[in-house]
Amino acid sequence: MIWDWHFAGSILPDLLRGLVVTVEATLLGYAVALGLGLVWAILRRSPSRIVGQVVRWVVEFIRSTPLLVQLFFLFFALPATGLTLSALVTGVLGLGLHYSAYTSEVYRAGIADVPVGQWEAATALNLPRRRVWAGVVLPQAVRKVIPTLANYLIAMFKDSPLLLAITVPEMLHSAYAVGAKSLRFLEPMTIVGVLFVIVSVLSSFLLRRLEFRYGNN
Amino acid sequence: MATTDSAADAVLPEDGAAGTDGIRFDGVVKRFGDNVVLRELDFSVAAGERVTLIGPSGSGKTTILRLLMTLEKVDDGVIWVDGRSLSHMRRGDRLVPADEKYLRRVRSDIGMVFQQFNLFPNMSVLRNVTEAPVHVLGLSKDEAVERARELLELVGLSDKADAHPGALSGGQQQRVAIARALAMRPKILLQDEVTSALDPELVAGVLDVLRDIANETDITMLCVTHEMGFARDVSNRVLMFDQGQIVEEGTPEKIFSEPENQRTQDFLHAVLDQH
Amino acid sequence: MSDVLSSYPLLLRGAWVTIQLTLYGSALALVMAFVFGLIATARSAWLRALGRIYVEFFRGTATLVLMYWFFYALPLVGARFAPMFAAVLALGLNVGAYGAEVVRGAVKAVPKAQYEATVALNMRPGQRLRRVLLPQAIALMLPPFGNLLIELMKGSAVVSLISIADLMLRAQQLRQSTGQTTAVFLVILVMYFVIAQVLQLFVRYLERRADIMLGRRPGRSARSPLDTRLGAAK
Ligand SMILES: Nc1ncnc2c1ncn2[C@@H]1O[C@H](COP(=O)(O)OP(=O)(O)O)[C@@H](O)[C@H]1O
Ligand SMILES: [Mg+2]
Repeated sequence: MIWDWHFAGSILPDLLRGLVVTVEATLLGYAVALGLGLVWAILRRSPSRIVGQVVRWVVEFIRSTPLLVQLFFLFFALPATGLTLSALVTGVLGLGLHYSAYTSEVYRAGIADVPVGQWEAATALNLPRRRVWAGVVLPQAVRKVIPTLANYLIAMFKDSPLLLAITVPEMLHSAYAVGAKSLRFLEPMTIVGVLFVIVSVLSSFLLRRLEFRYGNN
Repeated sequence: MATTDSAADAVLPEDGAAGTDGIRFDGVVKRFGDNVVLRELDFSVAAGERVTLIGPSGSGKTTILRLLMTLEKVDDGVIWVDGRSLSHMRRGDRLVPADEKYLRRVRSDIGMVFQQFNLFPNMSVLRNVTEAPVHVLGLSKDEAVERARELLELVGLSDKADAHPGALSGGQQQRVAIARALAMRPKILLQDEVTSALDPELVAGVLDVLRDIANETDITMLCVTHEMGFARDVSNRVLMFDQGQIVEEGTPEKIFSEPENQRTQDFLHAVLDQH
Repeated sequence: MSDVLSSYPLLLRGAWVTIQLTLYGSALALVMAFVFGLIATARSAWLRALGRIYVEFFRGTATLVLMYWFFYALPLVGARFAPMFAAVLALGLNVGAYGAEVVRGAVKAVPKAQYEATVALNMRPGQRLRRVLLPQAIALMLPPFGNLLIELMKGSAVVSLISIADLMLRAQQLRQSTGQTTAVFLVILVMYFVIAQVLQLFVRYLERRADIMLGRRPGRSARSPLDTRLGAAK
């Protein structure tokens, strides 16, 4: 028998500990992506053309270069500037930064969907710019794009194994470590694959329910 | 689904409908969910006859044409086209639901012109007209092109052969659609409100083309239209529908000049008032 | 910085490997996308289920996990893959699953009336698809395919982790030999960016061709609603 159930059982706790780190990094990174993406989206609407254009290209740059390279860049370049962060924090920042490029596009679409009349009404009321965003535009824009934003949570979860490259002890990293120690890769890699599919399929199922709920109005 | 008894009864009628030319509806029932659109509809159209269907919106006229084009299936009863059932075919001495191959044989006699033209946007005008003759009928490319050019001339669009459908007016698109249907040499041409999607000034051009076809060919025509003048000119018979049933039928002279049924009178008043 | 720039042959060789991975990977992804995307529109429930399983499985898993599995786990059951092969397989199968959803969505988005016209002209089922539905669907597929192509190209950087000498791995080597960490990574980020922009230009060109074929006014106004939705699926 090639597959060893006993061995598989014995490594499961290690892998599940890795899964916890994976989920942690994903959720924290997601929070960064949601916040930073919103900043990009608002800056793109800045009255200054230069700011708008610069942000546009920054976002395009982040989006069209690999996450892995960005992670390495942060991991090696940040200490060079005197800023020393743990691998996990670097990974969370990297994930969040990368995905902020995607979430900003989603916000942008949501903002563009808010009828011009809403802006005009806010102007007619002479609301300060800050109130227009916070009180009128964003609540409408964000609500509509919640399901799309949620998509990226799953996408990020699936990109989180890349953090192993900068030594974050996430799930694939644990699997690799176990495999290297025992010289058995089949069980750890297969279990990781299965866990990934289970978590992603479950979360897309939940997501579809979310879409259903928010799609109904 | 196995053959039901009622279907078998209907498919093997006493009077030997098989072998009869033209179209026949035998107790046709069509439902959409709980909505019974056609209830036990019976009527027939002889080969070469030109019949106009009129009636208020929602009375089931489009459904009749779509059933004939095999775009919908009957729930009960049988539709015969040139003696062949659209729902069942014979396998040995059993009747089984019609399969795609059988349907393609039946469909080869029927053409349809749609309200919204439905030209293929990924092909030029000429290729819209040659595509099916080449790939379905197996004509050579040259033959198909020659025929297509003749037909485009018939519909007055010789100069648009290389144009893109999207660059044509609605009336021109509909004339191309007519040419495309005729290129398949159908024995039966179904027309579903072919001018209702057109701007008023473009209607006459399309109707003229159809009048020519009616006068110069012996194609069986089944037209749904609100153009009463056209119906009077080309049809041998008019069927007035309401709620999935024929409430009155007769020659155009009779229906348009002295309709007997109250609903026909009301309907004609309503239509004529609009014009 | 000059150390880094003077090692450009090394970086160019790495870039060439990245481009090759992108080409092979997207070729495989394209085949998988059409096979399983069309299967998902089939009438048979069995075929549709097969399509679903492929999509759910390969969308559910991460490229890197898949690649590790091909590279480290499968050899133990006797299937040994060259690293390049494992990489192309993982990239192609993964992106192909997203592509299959694009194909399915696009074919379904072609107006039903077009299908009905093909029936009225008595076309065979294969002809309906090939001559009428697919040419129109492909125009809808192009924008999301463009996004997926970029995703695949970026995703290819993970192959460095199974020691394929792509751009990313060359950068690692260069970092070790020159010690110029920041410069090295800045340079290759720019190189990836340039590759992505070229790919994007290529897809834009195809989109323009498709617009002309469909007689639409060239321009970005006519982008399909699938664009944002499926592009977002990543
Ligand atoms: N695909 C469909 N699904 C559900 N109901 C339909 C469908 N097609 C037609 N109907 C219903 O069938 C009835 C008859 O429609 P139709 O044949 O289009 O009438 P007409 O062409 O005379 O206006 C209407 O009540 C319509 O709502
Ligand atoms: Mg109708």
